[in-house]
Amino acid sequence: MEVRVANVRKEFERFPALHDVSLDIKSGELIALLGPSGSGKTTLLRLIAGLERPTKGKIFFGEEDASQKSIQERNVGFVFQHYALFRHMTVADNIGFGLKVRRGPTRPTAQEIRRRASELLDLVQLSGLEKRYPAQLSGGQRQRVALARAMAIEPAVLLLDEPFGALDAQVRRELRRWLREIHDATGHTTVFVTHDQEEALELADRVVVMSQGRIEQVGTADEIYDTPNSPFVYGFIGESSALPVKVEDGQVWIADRPIGLSAPHASQGEATLFFRPHDVELVDECNGCIAGTVAASRRVAGTRRVELEIGGERQRVEIELPVNHPAAQKSRVAFRPGRWKLFPAA
Amino acid sequence: MTTAPAKAGWRFRQPSVIPGFGLTLGFSLAYLTLIILIPLSGLIWRSAALGWADFWAIATDRRTINALEISFGTAFIAAAVNVVFGTIVAWVLVRYNFPGRRIVDAMVDLPFALPTAVAGIALTTLYAPNGWLGSLLAPLGIKVAYTPLGIVIALIFIGLPFVVRTVQPIMEEIDKEVEEVAATLGANRFQTVARVLLPGLAPAIVTGFALAFARGVGEYGSVIFIAGNLPYKSEIAPLLIVIRLEEYNYAAATAIAAIMLALSFVMLLVINLVQTWSRKRYG
Repeated sequence: MEVRVANVRKEFERFPALHDVSLDIKSGELIALLGPSGSGKTTLLRLIAGLERPTKGKIFFGEEDASQKSIQERNVGFVFQHYALFRHMTVADNIGFGLKVRRGPTRPTAQEIRRRASELLDLVQLSGLEKRYPAQLSGGQRQRVALARAMAIEPAVLLLDEPFGALDAQVRRELRRWLREIHDATGHTTVFVTHDQEEALELADRVVVMSQGRIEQVGTADEIYDTPNSPFVYGFIGESSALPVKVEDGQVWIADRPIGLSAPHASQGEATLFFRPHDVELVDECNGCIAGTVAASRRVAGTRRVELEIGGERQRVEIELPVNHPAAQKSRVAFRPGRWKLFPAA
Repeated sequence: MTTAPAKAGWRFRQPSVIPGFGLTLGFSLAYLTLIILIPLSGLIWRSAALGWADFWAIATDRRTINALEISFGTAFIAAAVNVVFGTIVAWVLVRYNFPGRRIVDAMVDLPFALPTAVAGIALTTLYAPNGWLGSLLAPLGIKVAYTPLGIVIALIFIGLPFVVRTVQPIMEEIDKEVEEVAATLGANRFQTVARVLLPGLAPAIVTGFALAFARGVGEYGSVIFIAGNLPYKSEIAPLLIVIRLEEYNYAAATAIAAIMLALSFVMLLVINLVQTWSRKRYG
């Protein structure tokens, strides 16, 4: 089902957690809410679930205004970071809970509920564990049960709050791939919260980057990574290097030297230049380039990361070089960024 | 050639590398022997001096049976009532913040601290036919003081803190997320409480019940004032023991005591087993 968040504002005791947030989620989409802690991503998720009420604004499920509905009526599947399984119930009873509490004709028979539970257990690859209690399962297994329980009610939208946050790296990667498969198989509209950018970029159809209660950018992994639209997104997603520069006559300057980047549309004056450390081109003779002395050099996995001091103010930036590149041994390195972007200085 | 694995029988749990196991176990055993085992075996030894026939005669005496029935019956009812209202009190104290919450919280402990005789006298004045509450209930035909109903009320008063104080900490640990999940799955408030929260609290509630019940069975001070102490009607077993003692009939007194001891022990054992079972299941 489509979910539309329209101009939502949320305050906790006068302290604003979300300022005027709007977001359209398409039916069947897998969306990641990504941001540092305190960015409001979990608040947004809880607002969609109905676990919080917006101070202002509305949330639509399809054409219906869901903000007027109670949590029970919204029919959302919610998965918590720490699973929140019912410990006194077996795995099968946990999964069947949402069906068992229904009343009237919508409530399936006990047999039907059992059948549905074991079907979902097959889907989450835990067949045969119906009779276990949550205490007898590993963390990864518990989270799968929690997901099966959320899907049992055929939710309009599936909401996951840092679903892999409590698991170790290995299990995490495995579950990530698995969640994508499940999503492709069932087609539930899914929103998940994460602070792990790798998880968000790898898993989601679209990523919503949030900071300080606002949405910074919404886009596919490619759009977010290749064309960040704010200094925050540039800094938060992937590695980035920043240098204070000046724009004059459509050229970018560091101190009194042009660095060979033309910016005809940028506004004049102080600005910050952003680029990716691995996306640089080394040059031998510095005719319009950035040059600096090597201050530190570290081996990082398959590359060498070199820290340079640039210009008289000794601004430090990082670039990446191939491990055996001769320039890494030199004391002076000159380069030109490949893809770059300017933001006016704050 | 395979060797069968050694049979695991009764074995001490592997002590940790931190020293002190021998010392603390030795101390605990010596202490329990001094404080509990020696007095109790003295009791049984004294009652054994009676001989089987006399013991049986005392045990099957109508007055003894009635006293035991009243003691265990009223204690059971009072503990059951306390389970319901104690759990509600604990819920209110844990879940809501209201002015005076700390005072109410402290008040729960009063029955612990108050001399039981004071409680008994206060309750008797209240519930006597010419007392505050007694005079209101009398026209309705309800007699509280000097009946088993009065005993139940005294025992409710005495047992309340046991339930509240055992349930409260477990309730504080309830994860809010579990309730939220239940709500998103469509459970209304009543279903959430009945199917999700209460089963989680069950072990603590059973413990509270056991403590309140055990205390109720042994309670003397507050009960004798309100009970009226009519033989066969509102005479509790501990009082009967005291009566026998005053008659210098030590053997009969210890015989009744031994019966009480055996009954209490069996009931607490059963409650303990129920608890071990539920712990094993829910982890």
